[in-house]
Amino acid sequence: MALPQRKTDIGPPHYKQFLPPVIQKNYGKWKYHEVLSHGVMVHVGESGDKLWTVRVASPRLLSTATIREHCDVAEKFCGGFFRYTTRNNVEFLVSDEKQLEPLKKDLTARGFKMGGIGAAITNVVHTQGWVHCHSACTDASGLVKSMMDELMEYFESKTLPNKVRLAVACCVNMCGAVHCSDIAVVAVHTKVPHVKHELFKNMCELPTVIGSCPTRAISPDPANKSVKINAEKCMYCGNCFTVCPPISIKDPERDGVAILVGGKINSLRSNPKFSKLVIPYISNEPPRWPKAVAAIKHIVEVYAANARKHERVGEWIERIGWERFFSLTGIDFTFQCIDDFTFMRDTMRTSSTFKW
Amino acid sequence: MKKYDTPLIDELEKGPWPSFVTEMKKAGKNNEMANDAVGHLEKCYQTKVGYWKHGGIVGVLGYGGGVIGRYSELGDEFPGVAHCHTVRINQTSGFFYTSSALREICDIWDKYGSGLTNMHGSTGDLVLLGTKTDALETIFAEYSSRGWDLGSSGSALRTPNCCVGPGRCEWTNYDTLDLNYALTQEFQDEIHRPMFSYKFKIKMSGCACDCVASIARADMSIIGTWKGHIEINQDEVKNYAKNGMDIKAEIVDMCPTQCISYEGEEFKINNAECSRCMHCITRMTKALKPAGERGATICIGSKAPIVVGSLLSWVIVPFIKVEPPYTELKDLIRKIWEWWDDNAKPRERIGEVIEMKGMRSFLEGIGQSPIPQQIKEPRKDPFMFYTEDDMAAFKAKEAEEKKTGKYKF
Repeated sequence: MALPQRKTDIGPPHYKQFLPPVIQKNYGKWKYHEVLSHGVMVHVGESGDKLWTVRVASPRLLSTATIREHCDVAEKFCGGFFRYTTRNNVEFLVSDEKQLEPLKKDLTARGFKMGGIGAAITNVVHTQGWVHCHSACTDASGLVKSMMDELMEYFESKTLPNKVRLAVACCVNMCGAVHCSDIAVVAVHTKVPHVKHELFKNMCELPTVIGSCPTRAISPDPANKSVKINAEKCMYCGNCFTVCPPISIKDPERDGVAILVGGKINSLRSNPKFSKLVIPYISNEPPRWPKAVAAIKHIVEVYAANARKHERVGEWIERIGWERFFSLTGIDFTFQCIDDFTFMRDTMRTSSTFKW
Repeated sequence: MKKYDTPLIDELEKGPWPSFVTEMKKAGKNNEMANDAVGHLEKCYQTKVGYWKHGGIVGVLGYGGGVIGRYSELGDEFPGVAHCHTVRINQTSGFFYTSSALREICDIWDKYGSGLTNMHGSTGDLVLLGTKTDALETIFAEYSSRGWDLGSSGSALRTPNCCVGPGRCEWTNYDTLDLNYALTQEFQDEIHRPMFSYKFKIKMSGCACDCVASIARADMSIIGTWKGHIEINQDEVKNYAKNGMDIKAEIVDMCPTQCISYEGEEFKINNAECSRCMHCITRMTKALKPAGERGATICIGSKAPIVVGSLLSWVIVPFIKVEPPYTELKDLIRKIWEWWDDNAKPRERIGEVIEMKGMRSFLEGIGQSPIPQQIKEPRKDPFMFYTEDDMAAFKAKEAEEKKTGKYKF
């Protein structure tokens, strides 16, 4: 069968055709919204019209079979309209209140999990990991699944002081920028890469490789028509590997994950913040990463027990101080927690007004 | 189809959170590529190492991006994933879909791809995971003939992305969905034909809640704000108090600029001192709403840590009107790219170039004047550049002071 005529540079379809009638009518004229439960909210228009949103978890990696099931649900209760969120939840949009309870019942019967709205843990932003990425030093999807199985109560109901945004990056490249999350898992290499000299000259461009190193640890190795790496300067970022495949940095024994906390992106009360390193290394422990999961859960629980209402993790830590964060959580303070990269001077203490 | 024994990843089908392994197996039932991806992943779990290789150049005719090449080192053992390329489809503004549109996307993907997707990738695209090189032209013909275009990859303008905006949010200060669509259409060439030093991301949020994290992960962050006051409905404030909100503790005391008072049951805001952080509005959404002139703050330069550390976007234009046809904004974007093109080395994000060349060089390059809203604090060091023009301006001011007998700082 002949292929249809291809078109270029048409851009995406216009969004208006995908908006349900209640949104078309109340576009830009929403008055307020209320969170009715951790999985349901209602938006009320100036016209008095109401739009209920039911949020459902997804593993981000979705088969077409499951997307078709989302379509079935949307057709049955939502006139075929639904959306996804930036954190990979699915949202079913209902304008007829009579459909709300039957929708929830149907979702439950199908095994979909509702939640993630308000002062809760919602879906986890993450990267491809071993499922599909060339530079992964852990599996992001497996970590997320393991974490969220343990934290399910915070997705479905349990109240926290404020929302807690979790994220997983499968290498320090951090596609999807997890560097401003309340709690982030970042996979790290811990060993100087190995250069396969015999492949270098055919696959790599010398100036690009040298230029890719943020700490200038790479220099030419003319005898091998390749490069050499100064172990004292290398911080295992993997940027050289990204521009030159024969530089191999993967190490099954030494690759692992670090945990950073206290970041946020919104400006509510306090300005956006980066996450800061508190646990420098936990071994990769597939399939369930028990220690990394326990660490995340522990931090969530200490935060839940100590923070004031509305305080995000980073705001709570800034109020009590980092020395208190370490004493309350019992996390070991190690040399890696002291910055020895670009921003060191901004992170050291310059007064004696600390706490014991 | 080959049946794989997968004891390790089977563990990830247990527990209440939805399982990606179940999704892979579902797709693998009638698809060799997805089936082999399951076996391939089990091997990663056994050996604690990944086996995917760098992409190389794959794509569709006339485009330089939109497809990411992916190959396995273990092609002999798992022939289904020897090639396993990603196709990025440009998503709709705000991720709104109809079931009929998505069924069409799924039908085409089942026919030519792995049946596996990411809804959505971190940049925003609708990401289809896994197809072979010889299927790419067919896939593109099928999608584009039905109104779907590829998204972006490589050193290009990455597919612009936005928050839900006026579609379903009372806080948005401009039409994020429309601006996203307009910019995507305007810059089709820059999206599909990589022409920059490195990637450039534009993200649009309707307010300071920043639901697409634009401040942290967009080279250009367009964040809605307003110049007017906050409108107060005193009856609704009373209702919040009646329903158990401790207005002093939760609102007044948590206001970062301490510009709110609540005495004698009257809720007052000193609007001149308000920094529009959104805390009070998000807590008392029925009682408070932004009023007056609406627009956006333009920030520049954020990125993840590779290569020299992460950056948050810096304010360059504190306020801009955001209205169709968005001419001022489009012109500004072009000026920003021109300066970046002139100054960047390969693989340098714009934030890194600004750090190297200085914010003054950048602001002058795009024609923006200095204004206190751009900074958190002035410099601490006395090592400044003085141009001939700067000195002439200082001298002219002093000459005028002599003439008038009045100092002008």
